[in-house]
Amino acid sequence: MIDLLLRSAPDWALAHAAPLLVMVPLVLAPVLTLVPNGRIAWFISIAGTAASLIFSLILLAIVQTPETSGVVSYAIGNWLPPLGIEFRVDALNAMILVLVSAMGVLASVMSYPTVVAEIPKEKTSLFYSAFLACFAGLCGVAITGDAFNLFVFLEISSLSTYVLVALGASRDRRALHAAFNYLVMGTIGATFFIIGVGFLYAATGTLNMADIASKLPALEGSRTVQAGFAFIVVGLGLKAAMWPLHQWLPNAYSYGPSFVTMFLSATATKVALYALIRFLFSVFNPQFVFESAAFTALLMPLGIAAMIACSFQAVFQTDVRRMLAYSSVAQVGYMILGISIGTAAGLSAGLFHLLNHAMIKGALFMAVAGVVLTYKGTNIRDFAGLGRSAPWTMTAFAIAGLSLIGVPLTAGFQSKLQLGYALFENGWWWAVILVVFSSFLAVIYVGRILEAVFFQPPVNPRKARKEAPIVLLVPLWILALANIYFGITTEIPLGLASDAAAAAFGLEMFR
Amino acid sequence: MLEFILERANYWAIIGLMMIGLYITFASGNLIKRLVGLSTFQTSVFLFYVTLGKVAGGTAPILFGADAPAHGGGHGAEDVHHAVTVPGGQALGNASAPVELVNTYSNVLPHVLMLTAIVVGVATLSVGLALIVRIREAYGSIESDEVREIDLETALAQEAEIDQWLNGAGA
Repeated sequence: MIDLLLRSAPDWALAHAAPLLVMVPLVLAPVLTLVPNGRIAWFISIAGTAASLIFSLILLAIVQTPETSGVVSYAIGNWLPPLGIEFRVDALNAMILVLVSAMGVLASVMSYPTVVAEIPKEKTSLFYSAFLACFAGLCGVAITGDAFNLFVFLEISSLSTYVLVALGASRDRRALHAAFNYLVMGTIGATFFIIGVGFLYAATGTLNMADIASKLPALEGSRTVQAGFAFIVVGLGLKAAMWPLHQWLPNAYSYGPSFVTMFLSATATKVALYALIRFLFSVFNPQFVFESAAFTALLMPLGIAAMIACSFQAVFQTDVRRMLAYSSVAQVGYMILGISIGTAAGLSAGLFHLLNHAMIKGALFMAVAGVVLTYKGTNIRDFAGLGRSAPWTMTAFAIAGLSLIGVPLTAGFQSKLQLGYALFENGWWWAVILVVFSSFLAVIYVGRILEAVFFQPPVNPRKARKEAPIVLLVPLWILALANIYFGITTEIPLGLASDAAAAAFGLEMFR
Repeated sequence: MLEFILERANYWAIIGLMMIGLYITFASGNLIKRLVGLSTFQTSVFLFYVTLGKVAGGTAPILFGADAPAHGGGHGAEDVHHAVTVPGGQALGNASAPVELVNTYSNVLPHVLMLTAIVVGVATLSVGLALIVRIREAYGSIESDEVREIDLETALAQEAEIDQWLNGAGA
């Protein structure tokens, strides 16, 4: 597969895959504003995301070949790093790029029916334009090796996300207020991030992340670096919905258009979490982070609090999307817990869960999008009896739901297992008990939906269209089957995650 | 002590602005005022970066006097151009080939960064204002509290409907 891709790709694609991955969607985004027809805009956005997926697979293949020493570095405009902006791909962000672009393709394939149903007709192509800008921004965050450039891409994706969430207003006006609050919180987060980058720049005189990493060990104990570290962690934590900085997320997810919720839940927080991991492990020395800064003592309780508190909150929600949004924050907690161990095994488990959670939440929100399409509601009541009227949609939903709980033979089980191993290895057996407890809470909230779906009589038995349309069912089932497949053979995702963890630890080695 | 404070006068002003901005963002109920606070907060960061770029005794970063690369008017611009781009980034990426400068200049890079950040700030502000316009259309108010109250009523009405259904299903 990898060999085939490398052999069949033309030279220009191999040489320039890194910038093209971001440029194609970024250039197509303004083009889409001129496209009058929503259906053409849909095709263009599928093409744009698919191109990015191909380029990200090429990058992954190059990174995995032994000759490249695991790093692809591309100097934009031939301005060499550390002065110029560098796109830098290693096993860690190659994995994130493949995840984001694959989710982008699946999301744009399924989008058209839900966009037609939820977005005013004259805004369809503008909607796709904002989506591609958001997608390009997320890819840019994942690919760049320059700290300030990361901020710019973060804001490109965030600004278009605010617009996308606000477009939910035609279904529910609360989307506007949710988008505004998200804008305020997101901007504060991004601004905190650049304050932190400013401190790092003041201390090291460089903005290139690998260069910063190579200069930081000499500055041990510097108050400037410590202040920068604190600002960056808070800023990126806000974007990644790290508890207790997650307040923007439930509203934004439950009132945004269902397609946007699906795309964001599978990518946006994941990319922010990637940036956090990049800074914690690659830019700052893990030793600085986890020993001298006593960071474990901060990160670990936050992860556990997210797992427990947000799972409890999820149990008491009556709106399915809100319930899943709280569950997302709880799942971010698992990843933070894995990261907080500070070992390669812990980071690998966190990244593995990140991959799996993207597939799980992608599938769940996709199924919810299908339900919104046919039944217009996302309350648990609207789900009653759907098991009989929409069996395909709901079976996929159930598979993803079981994976969310962590039932054996699903992907969610495997990553929780890895997390458990990593925790045991570090002697945190009590944390394993808390993980299991939080999974029981997941049984309750997922169980509530599944009970309504399969065992309740439908509220209104006379429904015109029952099953979700085929363009939605196909991506949904791809994700659902992926959940089962990766629950049985963990070789591929686990290999990706452990390579990525190794790459995160060793960024300065390549300098 | 006094010297310590006065030497950092810029930073005190920046911290002051930052706190004022954040306070307005959190404490104000009016959505426009919250955006004003947010902009103030962002502006303080611009000032922070510009302050970082100041080199003691440095002047504006435009080559002049003995540092000016040219002897004649027309050639000068061309020479600068060459020095920057032609070596394929070699001169730029390579710290071992420094250009000896007679005068002291401030650091340009933070200024350039802030140009980008200002653009981001303007974009944020305009998206925020557009959202406020839409909120005003949908709710007839730009007070956070009132909007939240209306939202709460909607949510409670939905909740009551579901409770009714749940009880009905149990019976």
